[in-house]
Amino acid sequence: MMGSRYTRTLRLFWGASIAAEMEYRLNFLLAAITSLGNLVGSLFALSLFYNNGMDLGGWRWEEAIVVMGLAVFMEGFTSTFLRPNVGRIVQHVREGTLDFVLLKPIDTQFWLSLRNLSLWGVPNLLYGVLVVIYGGRCLGLALSDFARGVIPLLIGLVVLYCIWFMLSTMSIWFVKVHNLTGLLRGLLEAGRYPTPAYPAAYQIVFTFVIPVTFLTTVPAAAIVGRNSASIWAALTLAGVLCLLSRAFWRLAMRFYSSASS
Amino acid sequence: MNKRWRKFVTLVAASHAEMSEYRVELVLWILSSIMPFVLMGLWMKASHNAGGSLGPVGFARYFLAVFVIRQLTLVWVIYEFEEDVVKGRLSARLLHPIDPGWRYLASHLGERIARFPFLIGVCAAFFVLYPAAFWLPGPADAGRAFAALVAAFALRFLMQYAFAMVAFWSERANAIEDLWFFMYLFLSGFIAPLDLFPDSVRRVAELTPFPYLVYMPARILIGQQVDLTKGFLVMAVWGTGFWFLYRRLWKTGLKRYSAMGA
Repeated sequence: MMGSRYTRTLRLFWGASIAAEMEYRLNFLLAAITSLGNLVGSLFALSLFYNNGMDLGGWRWEEAIVVMGLAVFMEGFTSTFLRPNVGRIVQHVREGTLDFVLLKPIDTQFWLSLRNLSLWGVPNLLYGVLVVIYGGRCLGLALSDFARGVIPLLIGLVVLYCIWFMLSTMSIWFVKVHNLTGLLRGLLEAGRYPTPAYPAAYQIVFTFVIPVTFLTTVPAAAIVGRNSASIWAALTLAGVLCLLSRAFWRLAMRFYSSASS
Repeated sequence: MNKRWRKFVTLVAASHAEMSEYRVELVLWILSSIMPFVLMGLWMKASHNAGGSLGPVGFARYFLAVFVIRQLTLVWVIYEFEEDVVKGRLSARLLHPIDPGWRYLASHLGERIARFPFLIGVCAAFFVLYPAAFWLPGPADAGRAFAALVAAFALRFLMQYAFAMVAFWSERANAIEDLWFFMYLFLSGFIAPLDLFPDSVRRVAELTPFPYLVYMPARILIGQQVDLTKGFLVMAVWGTGFWFLYRRLWKTGLKRYSAMGA
């Protein structure tokens, strides 16, 4: 009963979002071109290492491409689901519209996380998958190899969501937190390259402070059959982050005192 | 002329004072552009074994220079202008006895002055963490770099301001800027020094304005040879083109704007 109410609401939310997005078809086209250009540029940047006789932490070019593809996919996920929802929490807090959301007869975190859907990220989702498949085919991987990456990828998506949500929750205390999301974006860009390509100090940051590794390198390693942090570590991290982000939101709500009061 | 100059200086001072109110913001903003440091790590490690043209210390310096250049030539006028047009605030600005362009320029310069001390702080912190990379450009190089940076900022501002004029016709002019920005990202030397590019790509890139916005000043700062004449010449050609584009769009756009009854 509960579940069906949420799925029905979700269908209405997303239907409305897509209808609104359709008003901006030309912009969608521009976004698709921009994403394509970005992809070409990123692959070009990657090729500079290999063309100049360097490698990235011992990863082969085709393997590095899989990482890049996953990063593009994550970027698409971010602009489709996270930016139009979690990314707007800051605005809700600043303008006081969070009050209206709190009054709605539905779980607030659910509303804030899934209310909108933006089609701008769809090209990136598509390109990401294509690049992963291309890289995998070059390595001669079978379908079962790709399947090995699915669970780590889902874990990666959960981790990414939790990081975004927790960071946005901080806007309850620090209203102008959008600069922090800029910082986060810079760090997530780091996920375009396999973590072992970074110096040791960076690797520690990307594993323990901002777990970028779990977003792209771990799923990619599972697909191409390399050793990396275990799936259990990733699963634990995702679980802990989920509980933590929920608890953090509850805590923030106790401090929330609306705008201009 | 003198009078206009005084007005402009006052505007810069006012916007500097305004930005100084948001010091924490500024620091966060500076930190949010950490991409050069991420790339620095990659190239330092990759060049450790293979050598490459610069070596780890060279790459460290190059990307620190890129970071500083990026900070000093940041431009966001299109977002400001677009909002002013969409919300009708431009109407009030048109009544002022000074072209609105000066106001935007002043707000950028004022912010730049407020940002500068923090930039020095980041550089100092970097040298403390990684003393092997410490260097200071000589006075001649510093002078050349300053000239190149002023030109780079002016050209970036002009290009973006010209694109901003599209706001008279479209509500999302910044989509053009996004498109332009990724070319800037990949061709300016932001991702890697241009001498690592394949020759064909580099030759094409050198005809665009982008390499002179980051790569050329960065090379000057780390004490490498550059062809300044060529750089300024290419920038001048593009600058002239964008100036005429801007004037044209401004004039036709303004007519349209008033015709909308805003």
